[in-house]
Amino acid sequence: MLGIAGTIPMEDVPLLTGRLTMADGDILIEGRRIPVNRGTSALIGAAVKTSEVLGTPQPFGYIVGDIGRGVGSRHLYKHLADTFAESAFHAFTFHYLQPIVHWHNRLQQVIHGMEKRPVLIADAGFMYVAKMSGHAPMYDLFTPDVGELAFLADEMAPHPFYTRGFILHEENRVPDLIARAYEHNNAARLLLVKGETDRLADREGILCEVDGPVEKAMEAIGGTGDTLTGIVSALICSGMNIKEAAAVAMKTNRRAGAYSRPTPATQVIDIIRHIPRALEDTLG
Amino acid sequence: MSFLGFFRDKLTQGSPGDNGNADRGIMVFEHTGEVIQAEGALKRGGWEIRVMGPPPEIQSGCDLVIEFPLIERLNILRTLEKEGIPPLQMVPVTGPLLQPVDIFHVKDFGEYLMVRAANMKLTVEKATGMIVNVSGGGCPDVPYLASAMVGRSLGDAPSPREIGHTLCGYSLQLAYEETRRRCLV
Repeated sequence: MLGIAGTIPMEDVPLLTGRLTMADGDILIEGRRIPVNRGTSALIGAAVKTSEVLGTPQPFGYIVGDIGRGVGSRHLYKHLADTFAESAFHAFTFHYLQPIVHWHNRLQQVIHGMEKRPVLIADAGFMYVAKMSGHAPMYDLFTPDVGELAFLADEMAPHPFYTRGFILHEENRVPDLIARAYEHNNAARLLLVKGETDRLADREGILCEVDGPVEKAMEAIGGTGDTLTGIVSALICSGMNIKEAAAVAMKTNRRAGAYSRPTPATQVIDIIRHIPRALEDTLG
Repeated sequence: MSFLGFFRDKLTQGSPGDNGNADRGIMVFEHTGEVIQAEGALKRGGWEIRVMGPPPEIQSGCDLVIEFPLIERLNILRTLEKEGIPPLQMVPVTGPLLQPVDIFHVKDFGEYLMVRAANMKLTVEKATGMIVNVSGGGCPDVPYLASAMVGRSLGDAPSPREIGHTLCGYSLQLAYEETRRRCLV
């Protein structure tokens, strides 16, 4: 089963745990209906749609409201630290959480003590804290965009906000940034870098690239990176190895985008609706 | 030891002016949101201040401090107390501070303009000034900011400074200011 942990931008939502489904474009968990916006709800929407096509169990969610004050994130970190050792997920995706180093490290100690770890995937705030804590190599997959890759490549930056200018200027040299991230042990075992060309890489370099279909508007649409992370997470959980799952996910996400005929004003839910068709086409 | 306790100990080490900034101090706040509010209040008051990263030895990754002219310490403290956001600490600068990103990437989509600051992107419809998308970032206030800003015009949308809480929110503020500068001339 796939586990997903993250926050949603609703201050009054307590910690919710349970199977995730979708109805009428909203996410359902523990009887609550959550609209799909960018962020973890977009990731969940993509993972649910992917699971439906694959016929695999729906993901299990750990969701809490947090509008940036960190209260919900702390609650979620604590719950995971208290319960994760007893879980039995095949893959687990950590997403929009406030980057809090000491809470990350508590959870990381729990995971280290597990006899059988899930495939560990991190994106967004949790990827930031994994890097800044110095424990990035314990993760199996990070899914940064090019700007976040520059942050991973800057061994001095504790947050993308502080990425040094000379590294930001290297953004058109993605292979160099990947090499630099690995050189300083600030990358997961594999990196899925989202951009005009999507790339999968490991310590040895680029493993595969997908550059079509091209929809330039996708860069402006909030949540398109989250959908890619959701698709690859569900594919990995279905039993695909990470490399195969990444290749399928990159093609599927781009196709779903193209099917939505996007403009920079398109909202991510309009792309999520096209994931089933895009995935079926990719899988042939 | 608590984070702030550690911070206080570190800040008492060294002497003012180690990096040639003997006339500058930093203000430490409990939350990034308070830094954002304090910056707004001080800039409105005409103070010469800069939002910076904390000294490297105490970084937790999500922190901002405000660099200020030490000579104005009392006046600035009075201003912030009046606003209800007094800093936890006001101390001399004793080492190099992290420089926030100051590079903007602008992409013209024809009818739309996208401005990126650090990891945050803001896209507006040129003809109307309507904010049509917010993307990037990884802190929990990003989806919150997006839901509050998308569908509203640059002129009446809440600014990230008002309702954001994190460094991603602060990055979006920079993109928002640059977009306003370009579109609301």
